[in-house]
Amino acid sequence: MSTTDTDGIAEAGDDGGESVESFRTRARAWLADTMPPLPDGATNQLLAREDESGERARRLQRLLFDGGFAGISFPAAYGGQGLSRAHQRAFTQESLPYQMPTVFNVPTLSILAPTLLDFGTEEQKVRYIPAMLSGDELWVQFLSEPSGGSDLAGLVTRATRDGDVFVLNGSKIWSSGAFRSDYSLCLARTDWKVPKHRGLTMFILKIHQPGIEVRQIKMVNGTGEFCQEFFDDVLIPATDVVGEVNDGWTVASRLLFHERDATGGGSPYVSGVATAAAGQDGQRSDLLELARETGQTADPRVRQLVAEARVNDRVQSQLVERVTTGIRTGAFPLPAGAIPSLFAATNTERHFDIGLEIAGAGAGAWIDDDADRWGETYLLRQGLSLGGGSNEMQRNIISERVLGMPREYAADRDKPFDEVRHN
Amino acid sequence: MDLRLSDDQQLFRETTRKFLESTCPLETVRRLADAEPAGFDKKWWKRGAELGWVSMLVPEEDGGGSISGHGLLDLVLVAEEMGRLVSPGPLVPTNVVAAALARSGTPTQRREFLPGLVNGDTVAAWCLGTPVAGIDTAGGRVEAAPRDGGYVLDGVTGPVEAGGQADLYLVTIHTGDGVTQCVVPSDTPGVAVGPAHGLDLVRRYAQVRFDQVVVPPDGVLGVAGDAASDAERQLQIAVVLQVAEMVGALDRAFEFTVEYAFDRYSFGRPLASYQALKHRFADMKTWLEASQATAAAAARAVDTESPLAPELASVAKSYVGERGPAILQDCVQLHGGIGVTWDHDLHLYLRRVVTDRSQFGTPSDHRERVAVAMGM
Repeated sequence: MSTTDTDGIAEAGDDGGESVESFRTRARAWLADTMPPLPDGATNQLLAREDESGERARRLQRLLFDGGFAGISFPAAYGGQGLSRAHQRAFTQESLPYQMPTVFNVPTLSILAPTLLDFGTEEQKVRYIPAMLSGDELWVQFLSEPSGGSDLAGLVTRATRDGDVFVLNGSKIWSSGAFRSDYSLCLARTDWKVPKHRGLTMFILKIHQPGIEVRQIKMVNGTGEFCQEFFDDVLIPATDVVGEVNDGWTVASRLLFHERDATGGGSPYVSGVATAAAGQDGQRSDLLELARETGQTADPRVRQLVAEARVNDRVQSQLVERVTTGIRTGAFPLPAGAIPSLFAATNTERHFDIGLEIAGAGAGAWIDDDADRWGETYLLRQGLSLGGGSNEMQRNIISERVLGMPREYAADRDKPFDEVRHN
Repeated sequence: MDLRLSDDQQLFRETTRKFLESTCPLETVRRLADAEPAGFDKKWWKRGAELGWVSMLVPEEDGGGSISGHGLLDLVLVAEEMGRLVSPGPLVPTNVVAAALARSGTPTQRREFLPGLVNGDTVAAWCLGTPVAGIDTAGGRVEAAPRDGGYVLDGVTGPVEAGGQADLYLVTIHTGDGVTQCVVPSDTPGVAVGPAHGLDLVRRYAQVRFDQVVVPPDGVLGVAGDAASDAERQLQIAVVLQVAEMVGALDRAFEFTVEYAFDRYSFGRPLASYQALKHRFADMKTWLEASQATAAAAARAVDTESPLAPELASVAKSYVGERGPAILQDCVQLHGGIGVTWDHDLHLYLRRVVTDRSQFGTPSDHRERVAVAMGM
């Protein structure tokens, strides 16, 4: 018997098609023949960092697509393989020693493609999803704006209808890798006379076109992955609306669900990465390595700290597994996805603190060129506590929508947006 | 609670909960605390045994049997329900000793001791006469001198849970060549029980003294000098049951603290409407679900004797042992002054969880075990 979850993907689809074990054997042989192995000491994460343009990832994704191993849990009608979560897990387990196009996972394949599957027209799905799976098109999400991050529905980028097109003006921010991407899902305000959630529309937006400027933002550690975009009278065909006009909040909510699933490690669309959903250990060893490099593995204090971090990581995977199962079986409401998100963020804060403690004086000043620069790493400690919903927002979601506590007072509730004070 | 329970397990959990609610509500626990030197009523324990409280880790041919074929996962349900009502009874020591006998006992030992434990007539306790599996023994030591193929035991152990109520002791000692375990009936000449104290209101502790106690060859459990892996297994079972009990207790205390936040009004609005408090509840909910997740994962790993079992048992114990008391103290804080009074039930839960935290290895002891498992 196979159980099917809310997105219609079988948990273990051994009834009918190719068995998981046969698929695994075929994947193993194909991977060995086709995909380049990871060089010693390299990870896909490190290689992705050197592949700023994404060209390497596109080539690798194309290999998967041509070999019939792209989009394992995506419907066959849109270029996927139409197989179960168990098939995807088996493929990921086999793929770990190889170079994989992991940059396609988030947000393209695990957030934006599933949102299009949920709300796109047949024409949109046929046009865009195979192009994602084949490595031709990378996607990014245009949601947050400079005027405010947590109050997403209070956004002020404007799309004004003019016959068969919408005219877009405004700015988006915190899009990851927009400079190398091709398309986005962009949420904009189309009606200012109604309360904020009811005047939004989701658009498919081509990124590199007249009227759009993309700027990379330099972060505290020197990286430039995040971007800001400026829109000046950009024309969007009305056929690029996703879902209904003025019903963009419904689409965005679903997108955010897929985002939580992806960042929490429960997405069935992530491939080639050790995650809880892949049944993988995926345990970080950076602190153990730091303790070894600094010759402190016999220090009882350091042993306690390294073990504490391991305990937290183990519990994090176990929690992801629990909440993913709970949401799939209906034991937990959808917003319970905020629970592993909050855990992951606070665990990361603690992880970075422990690293700082073990690094000791070396966090602030060092001699060797190739010393482990934990101090640099530490500068971005709050990244996970801010991105994808701040810890404070996650706590609101958990208390209000999981525990049922009263909602926070909002001055804009039920008010036409043009009467609401905003930046 | 594990989210993947079978229908039979669900039914067993319901039955256990109803039995505990009707026979041993918190008023009864408070009464037993004062009126019952043993901390529990032996007739009540026997009724629990009829429900399967000591049969899950014992095979059917020895008179035991489980609900699902995964005895430890079934027993965890009992431990969780007992945690919810801070129930009395020697659940952990009796089951640990029963599991040890079932695993390594000779046919004679199994025939002699298991029926009484399984049907609730007798109770057992585990006396650590030497540190095992990285867990120290609060200073208790038992020396063992070989004699006629058996041993002569001298020394003191404790505090031992149910040490004063047990009919049978499992004594773990170091015998030159390694770890050895003996089964010693409590009426053996030279065995004496001394007083000890426990934080929990109904969980009794004692010192168990061994003065020239003769253990015949058929009193040795398993292979003399080679019982370290048996003791490790016992520790894992004890830890899984402790953690399940803590999680049950935390779940119930969190439940009534959330209710309180909805019912209690200050400045004309419920406590549950204040963001500062809502965020604390969100943190507690996150820690609680994390505790549930790690408890279930440890139980599954130990049940199947997975290679990860030593690490995952210690992960669960160190996480829940650390977070559990913190969650309960937050519950106290959110109740206000009433939370530190004798009449409020919170201290019953705090006592139970702090007791479980401290026995069979503290969170730091278990972090050290994790460090070892990581290859440090």
